[in-house]
Amino acid sequence: MSASTAAQREIPAIYRKVGSLRAERRWALWTSYASLLVAAVIFLAPPVYMLITSLKTNAEMADLSGNPWLIREVTLEHYAAILGNELFLGFFWNSIKVTVLVVAITMVVSVLAAFALSRMRFWGSQTLATGVFLTYLVPDTLLFIPLYQIVGGLGLLNSTWGLVLVYPTLTVPFCTWIMIGYFASIPKELDEAALIDGASWMQMLLKIFVPVALPGIIAATIFAFTVSWAAFVYPTAFITTPDEMPLTIGVVSQLVRGDTFAWGQIMAGALLAALPPVVVYAFLMDYYIAGLTAGATKG
Amino acid sequence: MPADGTLAAPVSAAPRASSLQRLARRRTTIAFVMTLPLIAVIAGLVAYPAGYAVYLSMLNRRMDAFAGFLNYEILVESETFWLVVWQSCLFAVTAVVLKALIGFWLAHMLHHIPAKGQRKWRGMLLVPWVIPPALSTLGWWWMFDPTYSSINWLLAVVAVPPVPWLGEPWWARASVIIVNVWYGAPFFMIMYLAALKSVPEQLYEAAAIDGATAWQRLRYVTLPMMRNIISITVLFSLIVTFANYDIVRVLTNGGPRDLTHLFATYAFQVGILSGNIPRGAAVSLFMLPLLAVFAFFILRGVTRRNREMA
Repeated sequence: MSASTAAQREIPAIYRKVGSLRAERRWALWTSYASLLVAAVIFLAPPVYMLITSLKTNAEMADLSGNPWLIREVTLEHYAAILGNELFLGFFWNSIKVTVLVVAITMVVSVLAAFALSRMRFWGSQTLATGVFLTYLVPDTLLFIPLYQIVGGLGLLNSTWGLVLVYPTLTVPFCTWIMIGYFASIPKELDEAALIDGASWMQMLLKIFVPVALPGIIAATIFAFTVSWAAFVYPTAFITTPDEMPLTIGVVSQLVRGDTFAWGQIMAGALLAALPPVVVYAFLMDYYIAGLTAGATKG
Repeated sequence: MPADGTLAAPVSAAPRASSLQRLARRRTTIAFVMTLPLIAVIAGLVAYPAGYAVYLSMLNRRMDAFAGFLNYEILVESETFWLVVWQSCLFAVTAVVLKALIGFWLAHMLHHIPAKGQRKWRGMLLVPWVIPPALSTLGWWWMFDPTYSSINWLLAVVAVPPVPWLGEPWWARASVIIVNVWYGAPFFMIMYLAALKSVPEQLYEAAAIDGATAWQRLRYVTLPMMRNIISITVLFSLIVTFANYDIVRVLTNGGPRDLTHLFATYAFQVGILSGNIPRGAAVSLFMLPLLAVFAFFILRGVTRRNREMA
């Protein structure tokens, strides 16, 4: 800090307050770091403890005498066990399948709709934009019972296809909403130039809007990915056969059974399941945060 | 609607196009086709199920006869249901207030440290929000385990007697709130940090020249500038927290003695697990009036904000 440079000068009594202001600043800085440190410790404790547990031997876990936050003997046996578990790999595959399909569907639907809603004013476009936002406010827990009946009527209960069908209700409204915002920020002059050059609407969308709004598209894709990866209510309601379960419900319902909890394996499984969103976040943090703050996501 | 819907489409290129082709090239037609998938999702997967839920909730248990408002009447008379209502409100309000306060505090602290360190701290503090809640709650569940609780071990270090986290009703309620706050506070922090960064620096300079104290700067500069984003975030969070499902499902599954059930978990219990679909639909529909009120205020806040920014 530049605070120390002018510190030793002789100052008249009338300016004494300046010194106290500087002290106040330093004190504020220390408060900041202290609070952030406390928050970081609390926020990171559960995942760290999950990691610790997943690396412990069962014997050490059952031993109540030692500090549970330390590992004496590191083992990878739980990871080996969980990665050799056909069921768990099946969960992973199901999650990947559902998520990839849902992200693709979401992006196509929401980019097309956002383009139309932000650029081609037509009858009811304003109402529809408001409707999109309202849909986003409808929680999944309000809809899962009628959807259970509807999905059941289509014969898609206990099938990942049922999830592919209903997940867009979680992702499409928000992605459309933030894409409208991104598209609206593109200057009108660009599309006028394109129209003069004889571009069709489709060319305009693909050659101008998508490249220019790429940060927005990445943010929306990340959102769709995280949401469909973490979705819990729908798979819990619709899927009861282990073969068709995605990771979230699979780990929660299938690894946790009976009285003898295999905590090491549960934690290893949960951590592996949480890895893809965390990796995406680690590499694309700025897009992730841009997407979060763009439209006030659920929290 | 302007008459020249085709805008600048090259009319001269095909002067004798059939009316069908002309219709296909019209702007409104293209726009409608482009929004069709969206309309299908909203109408088929949100609006229709919402209406269908109302219909379902008025059937009898075997779903073969119309029962009117019987399901609602039974719920209103049942004691468990009122416990669910009370617990949902308690949970949502407490958790949202805590999340908002912690998020606001952390956003402020983050805003005060030098800019180059902010990214690192922000990255670390957002981790709870990134992990799928169903999975991180498993970690909490293990930390709350009655025999092996690592939190109780830490408490024992400072000579606090062990806490029956998930066994006692009030502790179970507190545990559910703790996990929700842990998960949601980073989100508030990020939102408020973005809002804080958008407050023009000149306002603080002007306040400092006028001799404002830190508290006065917060009260008369920061808060009024952030008022809108604060209310939007809080209302959003109220909706989502009120309708929360995963944390309670994993942590307590409604227990002990149905005392930690929220609307969502109770609806799930009644509708899917016990197979009484109409009653379950009625339970979740009870959320609707409250959510509608929140949604109304959010929408008002968002339109006002859009107008301010335009």
